[in-house]
Amino acid sequence: MSGPRSDLFENAPCGYAVLDASGRVVEANAELLRLLGRSRDEVEGRLSLAELVSAGGRIYLDTHVYPMLALNGFVREVALDVVQADGERVPVLVSANVTPGPEPDQTRTRVVVLEARDRRRYETDLLESMRTIEAARRDAAELAETLQRTLIPPTPPAVEGLSIAAAYRPAGDGREVGGDFYDVFQVAEHEWLAVIGDVTGKGVAAATVTAFVRHTVRALAMQFRDPADLLVELNRAVLDHDTDRFCTVVVVRLVDDGAGWSLTGSIGGHPLPLVRRPDGSVAELGTHGSLVGVIDAPIFSTFRHRLGDDLLVLYTDGVIEARRDRTLFGLERLLPLVSASDHDPSAVTADVVEAALDFQDGDPRDDIAVLTLGSGRNPPPPG
Amino acid sequence: MDAAVRLNAHASGPAGARPILLVHGFGCDQSMWHHVAPELAVDHRVVQLDLVGSGGSDLDSYDPDRYSRLEAHAEDLVALCRELGLEDVVLVGHSVSAMIAVLAHLAAPELFSALVLVGPSARYLDDGDYVGGFSPSDIEDLLETMDSNHLGWQSPLAGLVMANPDRPELAAELEATFCRNRPEIARHFAGVTFLGDNRDDLRKVTVPTLVLQTRHDAIAPVSAGQFVHDQIAGSQMVVIEGHGHVPHLSAPTETLKAIREFLAR
Repeated sequence: MSGPRSDLFENAPCGYAVLDASGRVVEANAELLRLLGRSRDEVEGRLSLAELVSAGGRIYLDTHVYPMLALNGFVREVALDVVQADGERVPVLVSANVTPGPEPDQTRTRVVVLEARDRRRYETDLLESMRTIEAARRDAAELAETLQRTLIPPTPPAVEGLSIAAAYRPAGDGREVGGDFYDVFQVAEHEWLAVIGDVTGKGVAAATVTAFVRHTVRALAMQFRDPADLLVELNRAVLDHDTDRFCTVVVVRLVDDGAGWSLTGSIGGHPLPLVRRPDGSVAELGTHGSLVGVIDAPIFSTFRHRLGDDLLVLYTDGVIEARRDRTLFGLERLLPLVSASDHDPSAVTADVVEAALDFQDGDPRDDIAVLTLGSGRNPPPPG
Repeated sequence: MDAAVRLNAHASGPAGARPILLVHGFGCDQSMWHHVAPELAVDHRVVQLDLVGSGGSDLDSYDPDRYSRLEAHAEDLVALCRELGLEDVVLVGHSVSAMIAVLAHLAAPELFSALVLVGPSARYLDDGDYVGGFSPSDIEDLLETMDSNHLGWQSPLAGLVMANPDRPELAAELEATFCRNRPEIARHFAGVTFLGDNRDDLRKVTVPTLVLQTRHDAIAPVSAGQFVHDQIAGSQMVVIEGHGHVPHLSAPTETLKAIREFLAR
């Protein structure tokens, strides 16, 4: 800059400096010297902008700001900390532009420096809050995912002499677990329990009750051989549980008595199991019982069946209550479907789930669970 | 995805000419070669690129685990040269990419016939008698400075970008701000850059090498360049009178002269 310092420069209400091509401060105004906490003689012709900011700012100048100035001719609102002679840091915002000279070494850079203590403190707090929020959101999402994964019904075990196929399809886009569940577990030598059920509601809250019901059934199965007795105890446990939710359940005890599988079961408010015979005929099994967890004196009865070469199909209401417009999928579609399927647990399970999904264009309103059991001694050839 | 797409690679100059690969350093992107690339492209096949995570590269390819080692960037360079069928390549690396260039040469010695290391530093942190110029707290300060300058990315607009991957114009609006790469990537790359140590790799270099820098470089002082020069047998060192870490922007004429004289030898 030539001539006397103008009032506009010297008394500007912001820090103002002119740098030479090497980045050294040629001129600094009063406000800048105040921000820097240094005298004019210390700064002018002696120190570069890089020497007036923090170490990180120095790197940032060389790796970001100077390249931007060289290529764009200006920078705006760069946040830096100037470091005063006594070491105190002052947060500032820096804007600058470049005026080329006739020779490269006559290039001048004008820099405006604004104190930004309050603004930067606010921004730092804001940044911190954003990070906290983001971390909390990530934790919550991760927790929900982990929890839901543990609540999805597991793959059924391999049982000698028994062919088992199960499928579970959550409602909607599949991200929210519902209340459907199934379980197959051993209670004694040659003796297994198969359960299918549905807890009212959806989401993690329903799924925790689902887990409670599943584990309670497992515990009660060891004490009560008769499935109807088991349901009475389960009814009491759900009533005692701190929840307004109730459930529907089918419990089937399977005993291998040497001549094949002998079934005893009981139904609590749940759609009746289906029996598919090798000739393709299909019938419902058992009688409806009370909902589980609603009334103090429920009524459950026991059904018996020799499995033989039949298939036992357990399913939840997500199948028959699948809805297209105002039409329900219903038993009138399910029974012919099971009848037309191959006489194989995997085929029946897959056909039922597929049909229920197709009926709702692949976007189920409720979750769907299907569990099919068959004597596995002479599995029919696939196809 | 092709390496050329991933790295936003652009070629210029005669197809049959000797290839020069220009690799930018930490901070910005290939536009840093704005002044020198057209001049070199008069008689060289010039290939410019953005390191994965910078500029117009494929940001989704930035896997922090993979790119926690400079070797990953070196592998990208090798993959790009192979994909483009380049041989007898002059590899020009600025700043941290000087070390990436060394690693690429060590990984695929058959591809590269000369190295130009612009403003190199084998280690930025001081270590005993070795002067890198920085302490760990300086690097922490850099990360905070970068955070303060990434407010654009913390804004509601950034939230919109994340929530609308199908509206790339939102991201473009943010990314158009030159030298402001995505904060989480820039932060990670800063750590990888400034906490690295490649001093032991230098002695293994076996091709003609030019160490090129300015007299007053606050990031990689002459002593850092001298160390690189001393460790690479037969290397040449040119110090340009001037300031700053980016001679190809601040002194393009001198930079070109040094590179041309080196290649003519």
